[in-house]
Amino acid sequence: MNPRLIIIFVAAALAVAAPFFVYPVLLMTILCFVIFACSFNLLLGYTGLLCFGHAMFFGGAAYITGQILKTTSVSVEAAILCGALAAGLLGLVIGQLSIRRQGIQFAMITLAFSQLVYFVLLQMEFTGGENGMQGIPRNPLFGFIEVRDSFSFYYVILGLSAVAVFAFYRIVHSPFGEVLKAIRDNEARVESLGFDPERFKLLAFTLSATMAGLAGAMKATVFQFATLTDISWPVSGEVILMTLLGGLGTLTGPMFGAAIIILMNDHLAGFGEWALIAQGVILLVVIVFFRRGFVGEIGALVKYLARRGKRPASAPVTAKPAVEPNG
Amino acid sequence: MFENITSQLLFGQVLLGLINGSFYAMLSMGLAIIFGLMNVVNFAHGAQYMLGAFVAWLLLTFLGVPYWGALVIAPIAVALLGMLMERLLLRRLQNLDHLYGLLATYAVSLIVEGLIRQRYGSTGIPYDNPMPGGMNLGFMFLPYYRVWVVMFSLFTCIGTWLLIEHTKLGAYLRAANENPNIVEAFGINVPKMVTLTYGFGVGLAALSGVLAAPIYQVSPSMGSNVMIVVFAVVVIGGMGSIVGAMATGYMLGIVEGLTKVLYPEAASVVIFLFMIFALFMRPSGIFSGRSEGAR
Repeated sequence: MNPRLIIIFVAAALAVAAPFFVYPVLLMTILCFVIFACSFNLLLGYTGLLCFGHAMFFGGAAYITGQILKTTSVSVEAAILCGALAAGLLGLVIGQLSIRRQGIQFAMITLAFSQLVYFVLLQMEFTGGENGMQGIPRNPLFGFIEVRDSFSFYYVILGLSAVAVFAFYRIVHSPFGEVLKAIRDNEARVESLGFDPERFKLLAFTLSATMAGLAGAMKATVFQFATLTDISWPVSGEVILMTLLGGLGTLTGPMFGAAIIILMNDHLAGFGEWALIAQGVILLVVIVFFRRGFVGEIGALVKYLARRGKRPASAPVTAKPAVEPNG
Repeated sequence: MFENITSQLLFGQVLLGLINGSFYAMLSMGLAIIFGLMNVVNFAHGAQYMLGAFVAWLLLTFLGVPYWGALVIAPIAVALLGMLMERLLLRRLQNLDHLYGLLATYAVSLIVEGLIRQRYGSTGIPYDNPMPGGMNLGFMFLPYYRVWVVMFSLFTCIGTWLLIEHTKLGAYLRAANENPNIVEAFGINVPKMVTLTYGFGVGLAALSGVLAAPIYQVSPSMGSNVMIVVFAVVVIGGMGSIVGAMATGYMLGIVEGLTKVLYPEAASVVIFLFMIFALFMRPSGIFSGRSEGAR
């Protein structure tokens, strides 16, 4: 059997069994941030666009899903999808404006946009301002399956996450994904091949925003509240850290990165500002010493070992003519 | 009576806008100088601004150094820290993608802000006004300290502009921006110049922090709040344009102040709306004459 399939089966079995051993809410938080990190990875890791305001899609979708669930009887999964689509629409508009500038300015513009969204949501009535939106209900799944307890709701979140990760995998490994990688590596070249990089970038931005929205919408239903923290820029910074820590442009890296950071935040929750300070220190260490990230470094090590293993066989062949040139 | 209140309010807010504009101008100028030479977007600029204010407060509280002493000592102290950071951190990243510089300085700002908050709490600490009182102009009350801040920052901005555009040192700086290798071949120590330039930009940020301390309270989050607005200012003015940064800073400060009077709900977003407008009209920035930034 294919080793990759075995890994996927083991991971799936672990994910299904996990809530029997670990607090389901913690697991669901990890899943939400895994999706969030994947969405960010699609943009920075595969397209080379650093969005410094990804929290606007995350937090924005959380409010929209919350509002839908609070005011209507729409089923929980439909409300989550609505939140994700709304974030995608926001991404389409903001992407249209932001991709007019490249590189570092793109980061600054998206940061400014996220602050704009923050202030707009702060002043809107339905968000509850500084208090946030409380008491978001978990309406029945498909309209008839009760999922109010965390244990059963975990499987809803797991299902949505599995679909999202699969979609991410398909996007990255599609011809579209290849064009994105080409834009990351050499945009001028892509343009000269007859592609329009702006359109690809906009589509990538919109897809990424939708996925970030999905993550935020799931988080709103997990915690049953949405707050301004979800759209604040430290959250945008957190997802950057998760992605870099795990490994930029690796498929699984950001997922591990998200899990590590969430677990760390959970452990440091009682120690005031130390969680944020630790995040800063980790980010600095990753940038200076391990730019390939956790999974990227392991991948590089495996490649290096594989190459070393082959070398003895080929070394004598190349050495021979140099030793006895005259026969 | 009613008219009197509105004129008080109007001119008061315009003055406050002018003061905010002074800080925006000084901060975005520092950012533009650093970016111009090093291609680093200094995210730690806000934290360094906050450190300036904090050092001034520490000097006053623990050493009894008054405001006027802090105005000199705090920027130098923070600039030295900045130079250390340039040597130890940013230098290692100079050949990499620019986004690593942004992220590294972001990480530094997280650490600095977190440590200060851990040690001194997140509530604002008041800093005594060194120039109490003011004069009544009839249509408004004009506090002396605010006049001082506006004058001093205008003086600093113009001085910096003259230094960079009209002195030999500034010419070296601009040349090193265009082609560091050739400048180095002329016997100029470019790495040292980079360190000093970074220190200068950081010093400007800290200086604004000291100026801001008596007006706003000294708090760990004062830097990050202003930072994002300054980013928008730099985007509007055009990256790397010093005059652009300065003029846009003052202009947007006043616009923000006016909005607070005319339509208070929009005051916190007006600068970002301006940014959207600028992106539509002049994708390369209002003051950017060069075409390379157009894409």
